[in-house]
Amino acid sequence: MADAVPLGVSSPVPGKKPRWSRKVKADNVAGYLFMAPWIIGFLAFTVGPMLASGYLSLTKYSGFGAIKWVGFENYDKIFQDDLFYTALYNTSYYAFLGVPAQLLVALCLAVLLNMKVRYVNVFRTVYYIPTVTPAVANVFLWVWIFNFDFGLINSLLRLIGISPVNWLWDPQIVKPALILMSLWSVGQQMVIFLAALQGVSEELLEAASIDGATNFRRFLRITVPLISPVIFLNLIIGIINLFQTFTVAFIATRGGPINSSLFYVLYIYRKGFESFSMGYASGLAWILFMIILVITGIQFYFARNWVYYESGGPPS
Amino acid sequence: MVDREEKYIGTISGKLMAYILLALGGVISLMPLYWLVLTSLRPAGAEFTYPPEWIPSSFHPENYGVAWNRAPFWLFTFNSILVTFLATLGTLLTASMAAYAFARIPFYGRNVWFALTLSTMMLPWAVTLIPRFLLFKYLSLLDSLWPLFLPFWFGGGAFYIFLVRQFIMTLPVEMEEAAVVDGASRLRIFLMITMPLTKPAIAAVGVFSFIQHWNDFMGPLIFTNSEESRTLALGLRYFGDEQFTEFRLIMAVATVMLVPVLVVFFAANKYFVSGVALSGLAGR
Repeated sequence: MADAVPLGVSSPVPGKKPRWSRKVKADNVAGYLFMAPWIIGFLAFTVGPMLASGYLSLTKYSGFGAIKWVGFENYDKIFQDDLFYTALYNTSYYAFLGVPAQLLVALCLAVLLNMKVRYVNVFRTVYYIPTVTPAVANVFLWVWIFNFDFGLINSLLRLIGISPVNWLWDPQIVKPALILMSLWSVGQQMVIFLAALQGVSEELLEAASIDGATNFRRFLRITVPLISPVIFLNLIIGIINLFQTFTVAFIATRGGPINSSLFYVLYIYRKGFESFSMGYASGLAWILFMIILVITGIQFYFARNWVYYESGGPPS
Repeated sequence: MVDREEKYIGTISGKLMAYILLALGGVISLMPLYWLVLTSLRPAGAEFTYPPEWIPSSFHPENYGVAWNRAPFWLFTFNSILVTFLATLGTLLTASMAAYAFARIPFYGRNVWFALTLSTMMLPWAVTLIPRFLLFKYLSLLDSLWPLFLPFWFGGGAFYIFLVRQFIMTLPVEMEEAAVVDGASRLRIFLMITMPLTKPAIAAVGVFSFIQHWNDFMGPLIFTNSEESRTLALGLRYFGDEQFTEFRLIMAVATVMLVPVLVVFFAANKYFVSGVALSGLAGR
């Protein structure tokens, strides 16, 4: 939050207190009226479901009929479930390799788009197009691109004399292939990086040039630290998003071959909406929530070591 | 976006290198889409030939008609438009209301609510999925379009609230204060003064929301069942169940689905990018 106001103070603009004080009550009424839709939605679609999910994870429920309290039985079963570990492994593999790869590509593209040449705006638009492509269309398109016999990539590989790769149907290759596919639509991260790059002070970079630093060194030593808050932001959001990958595995690979692309949310979906074990699926969902919470917490902890804030304080 | 003349790269070789790299990225960005349209126009069965024709010798736009008649795609399109419109309308209205309150009204507990709002961005949606499903089942709204737009009439999402709030924070407060002195109500100020000034942020949210709902796959998959309430994103799966045998038809429908997104994207490109940039300031 931009203004440093102590929490829960009814008049958060100390300097203007005399002016606002007679309006405090009116402000509270107006504030909560304006907030009403969001607060109701927050309770009905976030807090309520969160609690309900926690409760359901302690029950046996098919979505029909009676809800049966079973205590921690679901969690006991989950921790003995081989597919749970498979899904967790696949998802971690995908997220921990995928996010750094995505950020690297996005940063490189942003650096390209930050070059001072004419018509660079045209390229900015072009580079963003893959990101607005509907996810479903994207997945079908890439299934076709990855097709062993007639796909775009293998056709190109054959042109240059490399033997074709069985992208989506080889258990060893499917996850790297899906990461490769995800690199095509990193426009969101790219634009966030670009905005940050444009905020890097020219004077600082010029001063470094005069001191004889090479372009690459300048980038590593000045630009990267200055945009580190944005790298951190993209990292946090990226991990949260990739841990919830669903559509691509659901449509393209259906979790296969031999469960090598069975991602965590796909497993939740199968348990909840295909085998109708809503209690078990809720348990899986809560474990995912805890995992994401812990990973995010760890990232915030280590951020102190590498994220640089110009103002000296942590982010708002 | 500073593109001042004097700051352009000076040397010829530097310029050449820059354009080669930019063009390479452009080719990689557009190649899959070229492949998409190319496949959608190939004759039946010709997608399974090797080597592929990079420049088609004949065009077969009749693929689009064939694909379109495989399923009630007009209905799916209508549903998609309806859901996208209603969800976006709700998002614009309620997100800007909350954003205005966060930016301008010093109400009790504002900072706590703001922190809570931001924290929902880190919440995995998978956790709330099953209870939401059960909630709509309880309300007898499953297998209708309601679950796809109703939740977005309640603030639209933290990201949008945050984006609009950040924008309002950059606006000068004097005009609103003058209106307060004149005795204008909050609602009047919000509608007559703040909202008109917030157009760029509203436009950005509108575009984001349009694309989000037009492209949404998981929502329709979970909440709808019968053909009457399918959207276009889900309709595409009609071909998927045939083990990917008719790629030219799938690519035809995918192309049709892509067109409105591209139109909106090109029309509102400047809002789009500035919107992301604005949200990117979050981490700074």
